[in-house]
Amino acid sequence: MFKMKRIPTYMLLMFFLLIAIIPFVIIVFTAFKTNREIIRGVFDMPEVWQFTNFEEAWNQAHFNQYFRSSIIVVIPVMITSTFLSLLTGCAFGRMNFPFKQALFFIFLVGIMVPQEAYIIPLYYQMDKLGLLDTYWALILPQIGMSVCFGTFWMQGFFAAVPRDLVDASKVDGCTMWGALWRVMLPIVWPGVLTMLVLFFIWTWNDFLLALVLVTKEELRTLPLGLAFFQGRHSMDTPLLAAGATLVSLPSILIYVVFQRYFIRGVTGGAVK
Amino acid sequence: MMRRYFKGYEPGYHFWTAYLFILPALAIYGVFVFWPILQTVRYSLFEWNGLDTPQFVGFSNYVDLYHDEIFRVAFQNNLTFILFYTAFPIIIALFLTAILTRRKIFGLTFFRAGLFLPYVMSMVVVGVVWRWIYNPIFGPLNEFLEMVGLESWKRAWLGDFDLALPAVGVIGTWVQYGFCLVLFIAGVQRIEEELYDAAKIDGANEFRQLWHITLPALRSEIAVAMVTTLISALRVFDLVYVTTRGLPGNKTMVVSFHLYQNAFEQHKVGYAASIAVTLTSVILFISFLIIQWRKRVEENV
Repeated sequence: MFKMKRIPTYMLLMFFLLIAIIPFVIIVFTAFKTNREIIRGVFDMPEVWQFTNFEEAWNQAHFNQYFRSSIIVVIPVMITSTFLSLLTGCAFGRMNFPFKQALFFIFLVGIMVPQEAYIIPLYYQMDKLGLLDTYWALILPQIGMSVCFGTFWMQGFFAAVPRDLVDASKVDGCTMWGALWRVMLPIVWPGVLTMLVLFFIWTWNDFLLALVLVTKEELRTLPLGLAFFQGRHSMDTPLLAAGATLVSLPSILIYVVFQRYFIRGVTGGAVK
Repeated sequence: MMRRYFKGYEPGYHFWTAYLFILPALAIYGVFVFWPILQTVRYSLFEWNGLDTPQFVGFSNYVDLYHDEIFRVAFQNNLTFILFYTAFPIIIALFLTAILTRRKIFGLTFFRAGLFLPYVMSMVVVGVVWRWIYNPIFGPLNEFLEMVGLESWKRAWLGDFDLALPAVGVIGTWVQYGFCLVLFIAGVQRIEEELYDAAKIDGANEFRQLWHITLPALRSEIAVAMVTTLISALRVFDLVYVTTRGLPGNKTMVVSFHLYQNAFEQHKVGYAASIAVTLTSVILFISFLIIQWRKRVEENV
């Protein structure tokens, strides 16, 4: 029921909503403008909706390469981290074994410490392994961090699977491995979706790893490419805006489609 | 319910199965995250430029750190950021929650999705966008001030010695308040309606209801909001890297950026590691305090 006296409430909510999204709205508008239009008025709509800035960012400013790098990093991270988190989640959620608590604590450490805590030795270690300036340098540590959250997150879902279901599958001759994929996976699936969205957003937005472990331009991911691009072309606002839009578009799309799962993950994962 | 299943034994497997399940994840995490964490502590006891043989120097890096003027400024700036990343967003979000409390919000999903958007974006994009907003010559902020007749308020926001730090801080508030609000709204919806009905019968006004029912019920969410936003405030890096790089004159220098410059620009590797250890300890200590506080209040309920 919509009541008149609630209008101030909605206006206030609307106000804070606008503050949250207006910067992105004007940056998208700006991406369609020419440099001359911007000087004339920041808040005006573009005269002609032209895609030249996007084309230029994509081709001349190498955003196509950055995009490719981001995809090459994000897909293996999502698949591997999810697969491994299903295994660890199942182990911690459904099995008992010696040193279980200690091992779980070791994974918890990975959730609590910031990247800054290990980035320095990681650089020299990658150097020694000959992995600096390869996609591996971005993929492997990202998996390492992701499985920590994944273990913690999936453990709860596996622990909540009704015991009878698993027992029944045992009677049918299923091993733990079989029960995991055939019986439990469909039940923990909502948790898996949330995890996939979070892994995507974290990996897509990661900056420090790419900044430190990669120097070749063709290996740069989108956030890094955008940061360096800004350093060189801080005056060319429409081009910069087009670049920023290109970086954001995939995460906004994923977010809009899966927002329910994402919000559940960020709020639920934290409250636990 | 959950606890019972968690404690339970799953019969019919050997515990080596569990180890096999854990091993691959543990190996990758161990080699690329956990081992380097331990190494950071070792590095911090050496003086090393990244090339020559490291020299063991004991705790002298930490002594230097104590006397490092830039580190001190950076740390103070991070503490100031707590105001912008933690205090302001939580206050704004609590204020809005109080207004919205227990009313069915028409179009909640829509509002929630929008309010959360800044949290999903790469901090590099956020930095690029806000640097442009603050641009003294053609930035929207100054243009807006001109439009509404406040021309005298126009500033070179990120270049101003007094305003640069708050200007970056405001970006933090902008990123965090939606997150806090969504967290609190989720919490409020769990509170049972009967509590409020009972309070109304006792004659408690809206303010008393907020103070005695809503706030205590949200303690757990507030603790979570505090931990996550505090950690963000203490480890700000991407945003400063993109917007100000610590300028003007170290006015926006933060600990992570000082660490980065020492490690990868000035090649004082051991020294940078001591910054990393200090930063990590502070973060773990503060998180620990808040978690303890949360445990205590939850036991009292």
